[in-house]
Amino acid sequence: MTRIEKRNLRNGLAFISPWLIGFVVLCVYPILSSLYYSFCDYSVLSPPLFTGWQNYRNLATDALFWQSLYNTFFFAAFAIPLSLLVSLSLAILLNLNLPGKSIFRTIFFLPSLVPMVSLGVLWRWLLNGDVGLVNDALQPVLHAVNFVLGTHLDKPNWLLDARYAKWGVIFTVVWGAGNAMVIYLAGLQDVPRYLYEAADIDGANFWTKTRHITLPILSPVIYFNTIMALIGSFQVFAVPYVMTNGEDGPNRSLLFLTTYLYENAFEYWNMGYACAIGLVLFTLILVLTFLATKLSERHIYYAGK
Amino acid sequence: MSLGSTLLLLLGGCGQQDGHGSRVVLAYWEKWTGPEADAMRAVVDDFNASQSRIFVDYSSISQIDHKLMLATAGGVPPDVAGVFARMLPVYSENNALTPLDTLAAEAGIRREQYIDVFWQLCLHRGHLWALPSTPTSTALIWNKKMFREAGLDPEQPPRSLAEFEQFNEKLARHRPDGSLQTIGHLPLGWWDELWGAWFGGKLWDGDKKITTNSPENLAAYRWVESYPKRFGAHDLVAFRDGLGNFASPQNPFFTGRVAMVLQGVWIYTFIKNYAPADFEWGVAAFPSADPERLKDVTVVESDAFVIPTGAKHPKEAFEFIRYLNSQGPMEKLCLGQRKFTPLRAVSDEFLRSHPNPYIAKFIELARSPNAVAVPPLSTWTEYLSDMRIAVDRILAGESTAQAALAMVERREQDVFDRRQVRAQRLGPELARK
Repeated sequence: MTRIEKRNLRNGLAFISPWLIGFVVLCVYPILSSLYYSFCDYSVLSPPLFTGWQNYRNLATDALFWQSLYNTFFFAAFAIPLSLLVSLSLAILLNLNLPGKSIFRTIFFLPSLVPMVSLGVLWRWLLNGDVGLVNDALQPVLHAVNFVLGTHLDKPNWLLDARYAKWGVIFTVVWGAGNAMVIYLAGLQDVPRYLYEAADIDGANFWTKTRHITLPILSPVIYFNTIMALIGSFQVFAVPYVMTNGEDGPNRSLLFLTTYLYENAFEYWNMGYACAIGLVLFTLILVLTFLATKLSERHIYYAGK
Repeated sequence: MSLGSTLLLLLGGCGQQDGHGSRVVLAYWEKWTGPEADAMRAVVDDFNASQSRIFVDYSSISQIDHKLMLATAGGVPPDVAGVFARMLPVYSENNALTPLDTLAAEAGIRREQYIDVFWQLCLHRGHLWALPSTPTSTALIWNKKMFREAGLDPEQPPRSLAEFEQFNEKLARHRPDGSLQTIGHLPLGWWDELWGAWFGGKLWDGDKKITTNSPENLAAYRWVESYPKRFGAHDLVAFRDGLGNFASPQNPFFTGRVAMVLQGVWIYTFIKNYAPADFEWGVAAFPSADPERLKDVTVVESDAFVIPTGAKHPKEAFEFIRYLNSQGPMEKLCLGQRKFTPLRAVSDEFLRSHPNPYIAKFIELARSPNAVAVPPLSTWTEYLSDMRIAVDRILAGESTAQAALAMVERREQDVFDRRQVRAQRLGPELARK
């Protein structure tokens, strides 16, 4: 290494050192120490005792852990595709050349500016079984269905009924999908005009243009948003926490992995166990992200390649 | 370097001096807000004015359970903290509290000075970990107007659970569409996990066995199970969903939709603030399944003053706690919070000036031999969460009492056994302290 190279390296490291130090102190160290604690019986206040795989063995037989895993997968399985569909459709619609387009864009983006906690409080009232606006809107529909089909459908007690509680949270989260929408909108600006013009000359309609031009060109953006949604869904915490007043929801239907982690760490004094849950969550997200990358490799179009 | 030392100086300066001269400044964390915090603040001001050696710096802290744990783990706990007595087992087991046995003995503080159940709440594994702060007992509160309208004697509360259920049937009214308009009682309140007490049941045998599914507890939750059977599971859920918040004029007890509730001494304040002006109420022991054998059953709770491990001024902290536990200041605090004093000695003035007309009844109940508290388990938070889910499922008709209790017992025995392993490991360390 020449003198100049050495100096450059030193300067380079100095310039990125704020990030580097932050990364090591705030990310690497906590991850490594939680890895260690996950093999300990640790209550925070007393010194950790190494217990080997005990926490993981307990996890395997802990019904609540499996329930929280199921709830998390259920939530992710519906929240990810739904928010993808909603935000992408909205972006495509808002990309049409219509009068007042920027006003509409603002309106649809607004919900994602609402902080998580306010979002939870707001939807708790919207989904209230007795006086909620969602049920107010649903009531005439249910009446009509009952009248025609002779059924006895009743308005759901969204957050008090184990059958509907997760759907309540899914709707709430999808409602705040404005961030992904803006990213799609930005991606849409990159679709070359001439492709649409060529397709127009060939007589393509809106649907075929969307399917064969817009979506392929947008595929890296879709990939990015899906990964972000995946990570976000597995880490869902604040909204259900607020909606259930910090509890697990009816029959624990809103006990998610993160909720169970939090309860173990800060309410049950089982920090070691909580660390083990955290690492399971970490591994799960890692594997799923890897799988998503592998599976989508052939379907993503990069203009630069 | 110089920045660091300036910072240290600043931080050091905050704790010690802060305009209080040479006085020792105690950090005191309390969970109360609103009028309850004001009542405490007045007593703290009295203490600060009463002597010139110690200054208590009072802070209202939300979620004190979590913050106290984290602050103690981080080595920067307050000198005094006000916690719920039910948290003492888990705090003491984890070595988070200073034992007060010696300090209390030196100060002449003795068990006989307290209503026994509140002193017991501060004991765990043979040590004293706290001194009582404001306590409560619970009782049956009934709406006299609803009794009158249902043809019942408004001055005569039910004497047994069987009679209570007869009243309940009489007080229930249905709308033309069959849904419930009013009900005598809903077994859904603040102490659903302790209904066993009215049947003589215990949730823990005091030793190694979790006894959720004991015959007595089973009888209690079969009683809960009878509600969805008698009133319809769906109607009951719909009725529950339509009920307003506790701390609001929509509280179903105040709006006349529920006639009888199990509540604590603070109900007076809520009635005054939220109930209609002409609201008439009475207080009696909540009737038990066997009134001959189980008389005056009540659930008691208490707040408690503790000195966390690592507190900088434990001696001065105890001085303050001792002041709070003397008759005058304790009565001032409890009167301000509309509660009663945990001390055995009660002044006539306290009883006379207390605005709650039934305060003597609540004191009488707290002194009952059948006053019960939550079991002193360090796994209580888990246990409670399981019990709430079980009661919810029983009330919704989703599970039988037998199945729900068996599930809780199995799980909580397991949680308990695991925690015993930790306690055995930490026990010797605690003994060395």
